[in-house]
Amino acid sequence: MRITMQNIYKAFGTNQVLTGVDFDLLEGEVHALMGENGAGKSTMMNVLTGMHARDKGIITIDGKETYFKSPKEAEKNGITFIHQELNIWRDMTVLENLFIGKELRNSFGLLKINEMKVLAEKQFEKLAVSIPLDKEAGSCSVGEQQMIEIAKALMTDAKVIIMDEPTAALTEREISKLFDVISSLKKSGVSIVYISHRMEEIFTICDRITVMRDGKTVDTKPIPETNFDEVVRKMVGRELTERFPKRVPVPGEIVLEAKGLTKKGVFENVSFSVREGEIVGVSGLMGAGRTEIMRAIFGLDSIDSGEVRLKGEKVKISTPDQAVKLGIGFITEDRKDEGLILDFSISENMILPTLSSFAPKGIINQKSTTDFVEMLIKRLTVKTESSDIAVGKLSGGNQQKVVIAKWVGIGPKLLILDEPTRGVDVGAKREIYQLMNELTERGVAIIMVSSELPEVLGMSDRILVVHEGKIKGELLNKEATQEKIMTLATGGQ
Amino acid sequence: MNSIQEAAKPGKMNMMNAITQKLGPLLGLIILVVIVSILNPSFLEPLNILNLLRQVAINALIAFGMTFVILTGGIDLSVGAILALSSALTAGMIVSGLDPIFAMIIGCILGGLMGMVNGLFITKGKMAPFIATLATMTIFRGLTLVYTEGNPITGLGDNYLFQLFGRGYFLGIPVPAITMIITFIVLFIVLHKTPFGRQTYAIGGNEKAALISGIKVPKVKIMIYSLSGMLAALAGAILTSRLNSAQPTAGTSYELDAIAAVVLGGTSLSGGKGRIFGTLIGALIIGTLNNGLNLLGVSSFYQMVVKGIVILIAVLLDRKK
Repeated sequence: MRITMQNIYKAFGTNQVLTGVDFDLLEGEVHALMGENGAGKSTMMNVLTGMHARDKGIITIDGKETYFKSPKEAEKNGITFIHQELNIWRDMTVLENLFIGKELRNSFGLLKINEMKVLAEKQFEKLAVSIPLDKEAGSCSVGEQQMIEIAKALMTDAKVIIMDEPTAALTEREISKLFDVISSLKKSGVSIVYISHRMEEIFTICDRITVMRDGKTVDTKPIPETNFDEVVRKMVGRELTERFPKRVPVPGEIVLEAKGLTKKGVFENVSFSVREGEIVGVSGLMGAGRTEIMRAIFGLDSIDSGEVRLKGEKVKISTPDQAVKLGIGFITEDRKDEGLILDFSISENMILPTLSSFAPKGIINQKSTTDFVEMLIKRLTVKTESSDIAVGKLSGGNQQKVVIAKWVGIGPKLLILDEPTRGVDVGAKREIYQLMNELTERGVAIIMVSSELPEVLGMSDRILVVHEGKIKGELLNKEATQEKIMTLATGGQ
Repeated sequence: MNSIQEAAKPGKMNMMNAITQKLGPLLGLIILVVIVSILNPSFLEPLNILNLLRQVAINALIAFGMTFVILTGGIDLSVGAILALSSALTAGMIVSGLDPIFAMIIGCILGGLMGMVNGLFITKGKMAPFIATLATMTIFRGLTLVYTEGNPITGLGDNYLFQLFGRGYFLGIPVPAITMIITFIVLFIVLHKTPFGRQTYAIGGNEKAALISGIKVPKVKIMIYSLSGMLAALAGAILTSRLNSAQPTAGTSYELDAIAAVVLGGTSLSGGKGRIFGTLIGALIIGTLNNGLNLLGVSSFYQMVVKGIVILIAVLLDRKK
């Protein structure tokens, strides 16, 4: 199957996401798609598979103009999109997941379970996966879930498979298996769009590469004719050093000290500390237990053993309100689900953790909240016409600023940021980095959990690498490299 | 980079929406009043209006508590049973010689405690509000029957203040209506002007985000279910005074009328959105329907059908927005 996309435009509201994208995919090629978060990679693929309608532009498949109305229609025509956020029904079995929406039925409308089992087993054999088919999908590791998704795509007889960060959660062994599968698919004429941030992988398995930036395709080249540096330069559009604002760290006293934190089956013997004015990066694969450790420190989950000290004093934090009272703020990775009340206004969201301080006599004082909110909006450069607008109507970057503002408002001693720039555009990203630097200058301690290695390397003074619930290593900024982090994160030494 | 989206501008459309959202239920009530008074002009006689306010008070008080509960995304099916049990206990105390006003206060506290039991099961026991209150509804109703042995409790004496509470007038206005209005004003301020009210909305809007923002979600919920129970008991006290007795089957299906009032008032059953003023209007709509249909001589069987239809229409109109 050959696909061409010409001069594609797409906007959400006034937010122009794609501005004239060109892309073509040949039969039996592995085509890398690279670009920073927010460059428009996923949107472009969503336009191709009918999730979003294009505003302008031409899409042809095998020379014929084709526009799908839904991902389901695209799938029927042989184009499958494996999303980064996995589409797993956690309470259903692996087998049920593999056939969801495409169950085989006999003439009475009943499920043909045995036939489905045979097909599934065959597919798993090809992929050299050994997951019991009756296992609950939610209890599979993230890597296994990824393989389930891939198997599901292959069973639809896909001619084109789009993979969005397929290796983010895989171990090295699983990755090499996936690469074997990709090369055999290629031989049988299947085309693959490979979206990834991992340069090494792309130069190993891809035939061509397309780089995107700010909603445009910058360049398409055969892999042998390009190199790491050129790709990065094109992706960023400027020198890499500019991305992370400089700062001189002046670490002070220890703010938080964790000793031997253990939660059975989730994390084990986790010990680390953060100082005033320090940014500690926490790296690791998806599902390694990074977020879970932070949730436990913030009192969202319980621990089995271990202790936490705040400014030298032993504290017991079993609910978030205790953490907030101690001056700890938590910017979670999922701002829509856990960070914001989307129907609440900017102002209402910002004062949530500090509500009672605005009501000394029991009634909320409008004047003092307005002043406070105006101050935060200015300080975080939230772009809005009014603080009364519902937060759900803001762009991702501005929403994230509101979440951060909420915590800046408590005058924190320690801020935990989990994926602080996920889904945030490049401009807002830099503003968030700058704010982090500014906060550290005032003595705030910061823990930043991030899956983006450049961000971890660019912002952290120290880096903790988590692997399977344990802190596998600690690297100082000057000795850290992507390779060293990845080695530790995948369990190497 | 310009990140302000189109929708973020407070335009004319938004203003219009906001107005219909706020005034929709009120508009419905006005239309209803006009229709009923055209069909039967005696509806508008002061005596009838005052009568209507008194009839509405019991449902309105229960519905005020239900508003808080529903705003958090919960439901309280036990209010009718709490009303019955607290009334029976209050009447029992009066019969055994306790001062009636004092007995009423204790009855309200007991109602609050019954509500707290709901709150504890829902928060500490992590039960769905529907299930927890369905179970306690059955238990409280059963306890009422056990306590009363299935008979009404009578012989409550002739304490003037106690009788005034359900039957009397103050400055020409029925006392239950005054109780309702004072309660409304207090709860309006609590819901819209205090941290507690803001936290109520926050929990319904996004419970996880509320928890992470340091709101003591379990504590707030327990307080809300206690409030709901206490208001049910207060409504029970009015009923007991009016009937001068406690009936073992009092309050049966009152929870449904209260939920209907909340929904008619425009509060979303999924939580986070709604207003207590709407609930007051919702209760008045139900009261007007009952009163008006009675005046028009519609049989009580048909009245139920009409009430159901009105609720369906109101919710359908609400969806259109």
